[in-house]
Amino acid sequence: MTKEEIRREILRILGEDGRLTSSQIAERLAVDVQEVAETVAELEKKNVIIGYSAIFNESELPESKVKAVIEVKVRPEREGGFDKIARRLSRFPQVSSLYLMSGGFDLLLEIKGATLQEVAEFVSSKLASMDGVLSTSTHFLLKKYKEAGKLMEEEEQDERLKITP
Amino acid sequence: MNRSYIAPHIASLPKSGIRDFFELVNTMEGVISLGIGEPDFVTPWTIRESAIYSYEKGNTHYTSNLGTLSLRKAICGYLSDLYGIRYVPEKECIVTVGVSEALDLAVRALVSPGDEVIYHEPCYVSYSPEVRMAHGVPVAVPTRVENSFALDPADLEKAVTEKTKVLLLNFPCNPTGAVLNEEQSAKIAEIAVKHDLVVISDQIYSELTYEGAPNSIASYPGMKERTLFLSGFSKGYAMTGFRVGYACGPAEIIDAMMKIHQYSIMCVSVNAQHAACEALKNGRQDMEMMRREYLRRRNVIVKAFNDMGLPCLNPQGAFYAFPRIDSTGMSSLKFAKRLLLEKKVAVVPGTAFGECGEGFVRCSYATSMEGITTAMEKIRDFLDSLKK
Repeated sequence: MTKEEIRREILRILGEDGRLTSSQIAERLAVDVQEVAETVAELEKKNVIIGYSAIFNESELPESKVKAVIEVKVRPEREGGFDKIARRLSRFPQVSSLYLMSGGFDLLLEIKGATLQEVAEFVSSKLASMDGVLSTSTHFLLKKYKEAGKLMEEEEQDERLKITP
Repeated sequence: MNRSYIAPHIASLPKSGIRDFFELVNTMEGVISLGIGEPDFVTPWTIRESAIYSYEKGNTHYTSNLGTLSLRKAICGYLSDLYGIRYVPEKECIVTVGVSEALDLAVRALVSPGDEVIYHEPCYVSYSPEVRMAHGVPVAVPTRVENSFALDPADLEKAVTEKTKVLLLNFPCNPTGAVLNEEQSAKIAEIAVKHDLVVISDQIYSELTYEGAPNSIASYPGMKERTLFLSGFSKGYAMTGFRVGYACGPAEIIDAMMKIHQYSIMCVSVNAQHAACEALKNGRQDMEMMRREYLRRRNVIVKAFNDMGLPCLNPQGAFYAFPRIDSTGMSSLKFAKRLLLEKKVAVVPGTAFGECGEGFVRCSYATSMEGITTAMEKIRDFLDSLKK
């Protein structure tokens, strides 16, 4: 495998299971563990890998019982375009994801909060009133079926024969 | 009943010596199985979804005996992409109930009583019985671990007689994971041309080739007109239960196979044919994802066997590791039985695939990484317990 192939494979593997150790990854790729450790360190340093976290049903936690996505129209600034306001918004801990979008609005925010009121409060007091924000449209999430490529409910396992030629 | 009603050539078919072992495995609870010859992945959703849609649309009728033209076109396009071999969908391709049926049709279409069919061992369990059922004479050529279980052209040459008509190849190979390299393929092709043999190339594992692109004997000079390319969707696309395979080759042979197929099968389930179409259209990314996962598992399982002192080649294709266990002093069957009873890990004795599989066991890595890791720990424990 070339260095680039190893790099991609490491990202694929960690993307599926971020808890695997360098030696487990090295075994899967049949490469030296040192090489994996160094590549992972480099990916982390260069911010290609920006973190590791578990995927779980967030309503298990009181502080993130309610989730919403918010479409935001903003006025781009003369210098910095959308980046400046996007960066400013992204600092709020309530904002779990933020994307610049093509189409009918500019920014898409994912917000987490303990209650409906808390999220509404954030939208009205922090978001809608921010200089440069022209309009917001809030959609509350009702149920999560899939996140980060994982189904929230496992498929039932089909019965397989135990041994076949 | 004063006489046996069973036809002699069926009555004399050898019963698989490991039938009892298979029964034993199937009756035990809590077994970690490395004995399964099918993908652990469920069929990719895009394929399942299109099968559902096919029913919704009311596709419930017979199709052409050869299979739907759209599927045959997709198959021929696919083979042209992958191997650069061009087949005419209208007359050089037939859709079958898995490769099993394709093999049966091919053997019945080609073999007359007394014709010799050469195949390599260890190999899939149905080759020799298929030939016998067609009143042919199966001639097994052993492959050896020293050759990485590839068919040695010199061994093949020695086995050819004036009665030899067919050469049956299966690379990547179940159970050894062997493939043929360029040089071996070229030499085998030369021998086939020299002795005017028909080659049946069972390439059901071709998509699951790990180093380099998959290849086929059919692409060598003088081979396309004498080769039947057999493959299907079971392994690469995790569609075993759909039962879709195909054969591509000279129009004359496909036409002969079609006659048998038309009288015995009629056509493959229309729904499964739609699903297979979708597999070729939109399933390749899923297939590639599965192939990558098998490769990772292969690396883990091969290292584990070698580390615990059971020498194991690096299989170049399919999803089987074939470690050598003769250092334990046990036969393959004894090893498999004791491992099952003492550690509840199921592997298949190498002898299931021919006598020359003695001293080896087949371990499928079409099982979850977790299952593989646990099984490896248990086999290690088992080996340790033998030393005491």
